[in-house]
Formats: sequence, structure tokens, C-alpha cells
Amino acid sequence: MIRRKPPAGLLFALPALAWIGLFFLIPVLIMAGYSLHPLTDAGTPGPLSIADYAAFFAEPAYVQALADSVITTIVVVIASTLLAYPFAWCIACVVPKPYQRIALIAAILPFWTSYVVRSYAWLLALSPVGAVNKTLLALHIVSHPVMFAYNPQATEFGFVHFFLMLNTLTIYASLAQINPRYELAARDLGASAWRGFLTITLPLSIPGVAVGAFLTIVLCIGDYVTPQILGGFRELLLPQLIMMQIQRQLDLPMASAMSLLLTVLVALAYLSLQRWLRMARL
Amino acid sequence: MSRRVGGRGLAAGIYMAICYVFIFLPVAVLVLFSFQAGDLPVPPFRGFSLRWYEAAFNDGRLVDGFANSLLVGGVSSAISVLVGFLAAFGLARYEIPGKALLRALIMLPLAVSYLLVGMGLLVSTSALGLGPSLVTVIVGHVVINMPLAFAICQAQLGEHQRRIEAAARDLGAGTFRVLFGITAPMIAPALVAAFCLCFTLSWDEFLIAYLNTRFAVTLPVVIWDLLRGGLNPETNAAGSFIFLVSISVMLVVEFFLWRKRRV
Repeated sequence: MIRRKPPAGLLFALPALAWIGLFFLIPVLIMAGYSLHPLTDAGTPGPLSIADYAAFFAEPAYVQALADSVITTIVVVIASTLLAYPFAWCIACVVPKPYQRIALIAAILPFWTSYVVRSYAWLLALSPVGAVNKTLLALHIVSHPVMFAYNPQATEFGFVHFFLMLNTLTIYASLAQINPRYELAARDLGASAWRGFLTITLPLSIPGVAVGAFLTIVLCIGDYVTPQILGGFRELLLPQLIMMQIQRQLDLPMASAMSLLLTVLVALAYLSLQRWLRMARL
Repeated sequence: MSRRVGGRGLAAGIYMAICYVFIFLPVAVLVLFSFQAGDLPVPPFRGFSLRWYEAAFNDGRLVDGFANSLLVGGVSSAISVLVGFLAAFGLARYEIPGKALLRALIMLPLAVSYLLVGMGLLVSTSALGLGPSLVTVIVGHVVINMPLAFAICQAQLGEHQRRIEAAARDLGAGTFRVLFGITAPMIAPALVAAFCLCFTLSWDEFLIAYLNTRFAVTLPVVIWDLLRGGLNPETNAAGSFIFLVSISVMLVVEFFLWRKRRV
């Protein structure tokens, strides 16, 4: 029996809150607890200690993977934003209104290629016997197949492809909300086309850019499939290390510690973009 | 003046063409070589054949994975939409202290990696002594998709709907009747769109499913195992088929949104 009547609205929100609490917050707390009990030599959880975190930062290969994950993510965010912005701008400002929707849908259609298969499809295109190399050879642009795949650049390439679509969507959404009269007013007052864009449209579209960048960071830094398929084995990223801890080392506490470090990176990204994310109404 | 505008249009056209080629290149390669008559999904293209689709549809693992994916996608999306809709209604229609915080809490999973959700569930189920299972995957997919359904519903519950709900209440309808007799039908297009979006994200989700299943697995996990065998046109066929299904589901969304705009 409920004695004190809770606000009725809370009852409606209760299933959602309970689900998030039971199946997300508590599991993450349990995981955090795990990460503080490193495995003993017998393979059982040991006493409370931050040894796994210390071990992570003492192992150069792990720190390298962390750094590589951060660098890859930054490169991908910058490259996909720089490619997506003009593309989204073309769709929002050059394509005639009635065709904008179809142009946008076409730009994000391959988003629905199977996630696992998308990287595999790039492998097909980029492998030494793949379509791109065969084309280049046939055109005599290269004399030997180029190793496009199996290196960190291939990972970044695969990521940029996916996040170009995502960022085009978020940037378009924010460009489409901007009243074109603002820029026209600036032009009437004598601003050049460039100045109108740089001082009016660009600043107003930054929230959309920030949303795209944040989604890119979240999805990119935690991705296992793309580096595993396209990246080769010379340079491993953090999610690959985590999977190795689970599958080869059977060390769930270490994998938990690494997952939390990854989450800390995402939280830092959120804090640094927070100003603009708050302004976004997509 | 007009020449400059033309030049701008041309540059924009060229840039867009390059982007579209880049975006569609992997899909084109994937689909083209799913029809490969030869044994490898790379050039030369040896002619058109459906043999790899036949192989994929006769592959027991792929068929089982497909069935499991439909189950996981259907159940998790239904729960996501129901729970997300209820929460959106509660937060949009009632005064609750700390509303912004509750909203942030519900949206939180959108801001974390799937890896964290999957790892949390893996560690917790193993701490509880539960084995890997599709139920865990369903639970995890609701965690990642319910916030989306919540956000979509919330965007639809505006002043206009509130007035109609108030009218229904004045005529004597109870809260439950208002919710499922008035509100849900009014935003039905959004509910369908949310379900479809959740479904396309869930049935094809890899990481949570990979971490939390072993014997009964979903389609992307089966394909992941196929990939270990190297380049294989059967993978192309399965991948093209997934693409076709997801695109069809999203076209349903497009249809519903289009209908909504006309109303």
C-alpha cells in the first residue's frame, strides 16, 4: 500500500527510471566495484585496491592504446566535421527546397548498412585485391596494389565515412533552423557573402556541429568493430584491449577498469562541449 | 553576377557528387558482389548469380541469427516505446520536482558508449551467476533505445495535444483512457517512427549482443563469425539483405511522417 501519494507524473516516469537504474546505473556501479578488486593469481577477485588502474598506467602499451584512441577520435571528429559542414551547407542552402529532403535521405541512406558489414564492405573496396586497387591498376595509376587496408588510416577512413553521414544530418538540422533573413539583412547592410556566412550563419550553426561532434566522440571512442576489421594489428585501440582482457586474459576487473577510463574520456568531452550542447535544439 | 552564382552551383554540385560517391561506395561494392557468380567478392565480376543468397538463406546459423535478431529487435523496441512514451507523458503533463534531473537521467545512456552498457551487463550477470542470454541483450537494447523513444515522444507532446486531453478529461475520461484513447492515437505516427528507429538500431546492434550471448546469438554476431573465414560473397548477401530490411523499415517511417505532415 502506498501511504503518501507520490506525484502522479512520477508514476508514469517510474518504469523508465527503474529500467535505467536497475539495468544501467547499478550494473555500472557493480562494474566499478569489480575494477577495484583485481584478480589474484588464483583468478579470483582479490581485496580492495586500485592496482588495476596503476597497472594500466604502468604499461606503456596500454597508455599508447589510450593515446591512440584519443588521437584517432580527434582526427575523425575534425575530418568528418570539415567534410560534413560544406556538404550539409550545400543541401541546406544550394539544393532547392523541394529536393532537400530527398538529398538528405540519400546522404544518410548507407547509415542503415549493417554495422558489422559496413567495415567489411570497406575492406572489400580497399583490400589489395579489392575494387579500388583493381581500378587504379587498370588505369595504370599505380603499378602495385596499395595497402589501403589493415592500418590505422584505414580505421580512420572507415570512421570518417560513417560519421560524415551522422554529422551531415546534425549540421543540416541546425542550418535548416536558421532564419535566412538574418544573413540577408547582413548582406543588405553591406557584408560580403563570406562575411555574412562567417558572422551570422556559422556561429548560429555551432550547436549542431557540437552535437555531431559529441555523438562522434561517444560512438567512435567505444567502437570495437571498425579498428578490428580495418586496422590491422600493429596499433590497437582501447576497445580492442578491453575485448582482449575479456576473451584472452579472462580478466573482467581489468576490462572494467579500462571501460571506466574510456567513460571518463567521454565525460571530459561532454564537459568541454557542454556550452554548445546546451544551446542545441535538434 | 549570374556567372558567379552559376560557378557556386557548379562547385557545390561537384562537392556533393564526391560526397555521395564516397558515401555510397562501400554499399555499392557490397551489393554488387553479393550477386557475384564467382567465388570471391572482389573484381573481376564473373556474372550475375543468386547462388550466395541461396547459400545465405540455407545457412542454419544465419537463419537462426535472423530469427533471434527479429525477436530481440521486436521485443526491445516494444518495451522501449511503451516505457519511453509513459515517461514522456509523465514529465510533459505533471509538475514533478527535479524534472530536469529526471530527464537527464533518462537520457543518460545516449551519452555513453554501447561498450559501457554491454560491459556493465556482462559483469553484473556474471556476478549474479547468470549465463549469457538473449534476455540480457533485450534488456541492454532497451537501455540504449528507450531514451530515443522518450525524446521522440516528448517532442510530440505539445500544447495542442494538452488541450485535447483536457477536453477529454472534462468529458469524464480517466487518466488511463486519456493516455491510451487520446494521447497515444494522436501521436501514433511518432510512436511508429520511434518503434522503427529502435528496431533498426536493435536488430543490427553488435557489441552488447556480442558481449552477452554465447550459443543463441543475433545476426550481426553470426556475421562477425563469418568474417573470420575471410572475404566471402555469402557475407555480402547477408549484409545486403540486412540493408534491404533496415531501409524498408525506415521507408515505413518516412511514409508515416509524410502522412503526419499532410494532416
